[in-house]
Amino acid sequence: MITINAQSIAFILFSLFILGGGLGVVTTRNLIHGALYLILSLFGVAGFFVLLSAPFLAAVQVLVYIGAIAILIIFAVMLTRSMTSLTEAFNRQWWLAGLVGGLLFIFLAAGIILPVWGASSAYAGQPVSDVVATTTDLGIALVDGNQYVLPFEVASLLLTAAMIGAIVIARDDE
Amino acid sequence: MNATEFNFLASLPSIAPEVGLTIMAMVVLFLDLYLPESQRRNIAYVAGAGLALLAITPLIPGWAPPADGNLLFWGGMVRHDVLSQIFKVMILLAGAITCFMSIDVKDIGRKGEFYLIIIISTLGACLLSAASDLIMVFLALETMTIPLYILATFKRDDSKSAESGMKYFLFGSFASAIMLFGLSLLYGFTGQTNLYLIAEYITSSQFIPNAIPVLGAMVLIVVGFGFKISAAPFHFWTPDVYEGAPTPVTAFVSVASKAASFALLVRFFIAVFPSALVIGDQHLQDFWVQLMAVLAVVSMVVGNVVALSQRNIKRLLAYSSIAQAGYTLIGVAAIQAQTLEGQTQAVASVGFYMFMYTFTNLLAFAVIILFTEATGSETIKDLAGLNRRSPWLALMLTIALLSLAGIPPAAGFFGKFFLFNAAVQANLTWLAIVGVLNSIVALYYYLVVIKVMYVDRSPDEDKPIPMSISYVWVLGVTALVVIVLGTVGAQPIFDWAMRSAGSLFS
Repeated sequence: MITINAQSIAFILFSLFILGGGLGVVTTRNLIHGALYLILSLFGVAGFFVLLSAPFLAAVQVLVYIGAIAILIIFAVMLTRSMTSLTEAFNRQWWLAGLVGGLLFIFLAAGIILPVWGASSAYAGQPVSDVVATTTDLGIALVDGNQYVLPFEVASLLLTAAMIGAIVIARDDE
Repeated sequence: MNATEFNFLASLPSIAPEVGLTIMAMVVLFLDLYLPESQRRNIAYVAGAGLALLAITPLIPGWAPPADGNLLFWGGMVRHDVLSQIFKVMILLAGAITCFMSIDVKDIGRKGEFYLIIIISTLGACLLSAASDLIMVFLALETMTIPLYILATFKRDDSKSAESGMKYFLFGSFASAIMLFGLSLLYGFTGQTNLYLIAEYITSSQFIPNAIPVLGAMVLIVVGFGFKISAAPFHFWTPDVYEGAPTPVTAFVSVASKAASFALLVRFFIAVFPSALVIGDQHLQDFWVQLMAVLAVVSMVVGNVVALSQRNIKRLLAYSSIAQAGYTLIGVAAIQAQTLEGQTQAVASVGFYMFMYTFTNLLAFAVIILFTEATGSETIKDLAGLNRRSPWLALMLTIALLSLAGIPPAAGFFGKFFLFNAAVQANLTWLAIVGVLNSIVALYYYLVVIKVMYVDRSPDEDKPIPMSISYVWVLGVTALVVIVLGTVGAQPIFDWAMRSAGSLFS
């Protein structure tokens, strides 16, 4: 059923990243290690997006989840020292967490397998890249005068002003 | 919209002030880097003069809106019409005057970043007055307000300033989120982001006629606008932010952000929910004009009644600003007039009111800046004897307060006259009467301040208030504009506002 080629090897590899990383997050006793395992798991998800011909989502996954959110978690852990000394692997609500996690798994698996919200038959057999806009389309739209070049430039000005403002408010007086 | 080839040169005039503002932001940044400490004052002059010069760009004849009626530019992001012109002029002038009156303020006057952030905020406000696409609307709104959060916090060592910045940020982002939710619902129903295409889609046969969800989106958007124009019951941030923020920032927030939001308010509702729009058998316009009328009454009553008991002059002006938003909303509610002439008059009265309010409020705040920089006090009681300390300053504040109250020959009289007239034209006589009654209540607390300045005595009467040359110009020019708008200037500016209103309905 599964032919051995580069794609299927990559799929198995990324699956191992995701599952192994996820297992590492819940079993490690060191919060920093947990955050690093989380990054591994999220990286695997980014790999899945590449396999699904969605390179833009893969880039967003890396930039937003690994670049921003995981780093934020690490910062939060480092800033709250008292948290790092926790050694208990289970607390009193472990069964509740397990129940919610299991239900979520059943729910998601059913959603994928049963055609409730699932794949529309209209696009069956077509690669995703033929149906949705590609990264190239997106890039062109952002610099096309008839599309989004103005909001794009305004957003960069806004970010510049916000950064300068953050520095003004946060820096020490000279 | 996308049918025509993109023409860069033809598109430039629609964002000429914004391009200029971007260049100025860079110039100010470099000046801040290279000017020695002793010449830092010049940054303010450069920023102020630059903004004032840019206020001319919307008026250059060659850059006027094209006559062929194709007013949407940059892929429908902005609409280059007379309404955006008149509001851009007032916003740019407000930014210029704010720069000139920040010069001698402690902790902020010599900081280049302050002027840079004012310029970016002005840019956002300018774009907001022309925005005609949901994406541009939200982005311009944030480009205007995020710099304002920073400006409110600018006096970092002052805990009141930090508190006001934090409050403004929390309330503001909350309001933005609510509004964004409404905007995204509109996009979800129609699949369009352009304001004009949304209405087109709703009237087309593809749209499943169901008015309730569209009304829900409309209410969310009204709530967002309510925060931005500080209308009651969404006004809670106003007094604290006005009191705590550095006074030039308060002045800028009270005029530029309010004017731009009103420009967008009339453009948005006329474009998305025009009078012709019917879902099922519901006229959507009937809903939003009633909402505006209710907001107008609540804002006027809350603003004026609470203002009566204020002791701090900045808080007094904050509640007065809530009440003024209420008066202006009368004009928005009057868009329900049956005739096109009446609708145009209603929008024009809003434009004129914002025009005169900009200069009036800047005049009032300029006097307060001079007073607080000299005395360190913001309470009304300490204004006692101002007439003997500095008769010109007392006269200027009197002109501003009379204009806010609507007494001729100050501009506020014509502002209120046009608003109430538009309301009567639209068969909203009851609303006009509520407005007049509120103006009488408001007159009381404005007159109390004038009485304190002229009649009450104080032991500091022999200490004059120092005034540098740039403040003399600020006070002189704004006072002159307020008087001119209340006498000979009223008709030409109102005609301009009429043309700007007409451009919305074409």
